[in-house]
Amino acid sequence: MTVHDRTLTDQPLFQVQGLSKFYGARIGCADVSFDLYPGEVLGIVGESGSGKSTLLSCLAGHLTPDTGRVIFDTAQGPRDTVTMGEAERRRMARTDWAFVHQNPRDGLRMGVSAGGNVGERLMAIGARHYGDIRATAIDWLGRVEIAADRIDDRPRAFSGGMQQRLQIARNLVTGPRLVFMDEPTGGLDVSVQARLLDLLRGLVREMGLSAIIVTHDLAVVRLLADRLMVMKGGHVVEQGLTDQVLDDPQHAYTQLLVSSVLQV
Amino acid sequence: MTDQAYNFAYLDEQTKRMIRRAILKGIAIPGYQVPFASREMPMPYGWGTGGVQVTAACLTPDDTLKVIDQGADDTTNAVSIRKFFQRTAGVAVTEATTEATIIQTRHRIPETALTKGQILVYQVPIPEPLRFLEPRETETRKMHELEEYGLMHVKLYEDIARHGTIATSYDYPVKVEGRYVMDPSPIPKFDNPKLSDNPAIQLFGAGREQRIYALPPHTHVVSLDFDDHPFTASKAAHDCDLCAAQDSYLDEVITDDQGNRMFVCSDTDFCRSRREAGHLGRLGTPLSEVEQ
Repeated sequence: MTVHDRTLTDQPLFQVQGLSKFYGARIGCADVSFDLYPGEVLGIVGESGSGKSTLLSCLAGHLTPDTGRVIFDTAQGPRDTVTMGEAERRRMARTDWAFVHQNPRDGLRMGVSAGGNVGERLMAIGARHYGDIRATAIDWLGRVEIAADRIDDRPRAFSGGMQQRLQIARNLVTGPRLVFMDEPTGGLDVSVQARLLDLLRGLVREMGLSAIIVTHDLAVVRLLADRLMVMKGGHVVEQGLTDQVLDDPQHAYTQLLVSSVLQV
Repeated sequence: MTDQAYNFAYLDEQTKRMIRRAILKGIAIPGYQVPFASREMPMPYGWGTGGVQVTAACLTPDDTLKVIDQGADDTTNAVSIRKFFQRTAGVAVTEATTEATIIQTRHRIPETALTKGQILVYQVPIPEPLRFLEPRETETRKMHELEEYGLMHVKLYEDIARHGTIATSYDYPVKVEGRYVMDPSPIPKFDNPKLSDNPAIQLFGAGREQRIYALPPHTHVVSLDFDDHPFTASKAAHDCDLCAAQDSYLDEVITDDQGNRMFVCSDTDFCRSRREAGHLGRLGTPLSEVEQ
């Protein structure tokens, strides 16, 4: 893939080493290792139950992995997020990280207006000027193509696609460096999916974000991801450049996955 | 006078000890909600079961008790709680703020400045300021632990977005000594400034929710706000129609069905003492002419 004007450095932004998570005797995900560089988008694909979401939860600190290290390049240098204190991890999750849920209801406050939803992260890191918060919220609503006059409406009044875009605005407003996305286009119809993907691609490129996208939709990773990881039964069975993996799948499961996509 | 069937101040000594421990812990960590084993009291929840237990734990036979409900000494809640302690503890009672050593209050701080040695006990319905924003108790505790109070400002943001100004007029959230965000019980925000640097001990008891928290004397308490929408202690833009006080919190009383109304001090003791001192409002009658 062509490298755009993003600056690739030698220092990985995010390093995962030997990460495993077990649910009792069952494997959630086992022995996952990868490096993610600044500006890089990694896709994780696999069928339901393959451990994608478990892996993402472990990476984002929602679950504690049983073994392994998750090292993030913080402002104070690389730190293991598994062993750092919860206060610090949560602060990082509010500033440097973002998490886009599959269901916008999980990621939004449904009883709070769109502006309040976008402003929450700003207020959480100490913004105390109403006018500034509102101006930033209006700016971000514009960036995700929500009209400024909807700022005081609650997410309930929004369509599914708008809710998902609002969730993205709410997450990106603090300028995170790493975004976790769990099926960001799940549950949306195809035309809305296309617009959302277009928007996401623009934002990721423009802000130089690194992202880890979990999905079972190969079209999503084809469009967004630089690199691809294929999971099955909790193990990574294949990884490589997206186009390489999708066009020339090596592992039997990947071949099955690629050939399962309906050609319209 | 004391009903001998009851222990002094109704609760047994072990229970009072347990509550005093919670109070001491609360005073040691201003604004922190201390769980305690709230007892069943002979009154319904919402009538001040938390405040009553705190008062019972603080009372000594030498104390003078004052009980107010929305500032008034003569409303149902105040009268019944006062009677309760007269019967079970036999303590002296008063309506004068200056004479009381313990004041149990529902939703007001007396207008007369409190002094060193006094204890103000608040009745608290919902002690958790984050409750209506975050329903999970585990999560709100974590938020207090990690000082994640951004959500409190989201509430104020919503107020301004909807009403153009911070419309929260009671139960206005405060930050204690730069650490814990605290619910001051549903006092009007007019009273919020009195929370700060108060020489009296302020204790908060929530019976149903089983929490006690406290402000030791001279605690620094700040009402949350935005830089461009600062906190203002609002009241009705009138003078008291009975005592002409300009700086007291007012109740609006509708006097007929012609749209007439009057504004009177919600603090009855304050209003009466002003009238006794000769102040007379728009609709007031000099006390000398009132039949006693």
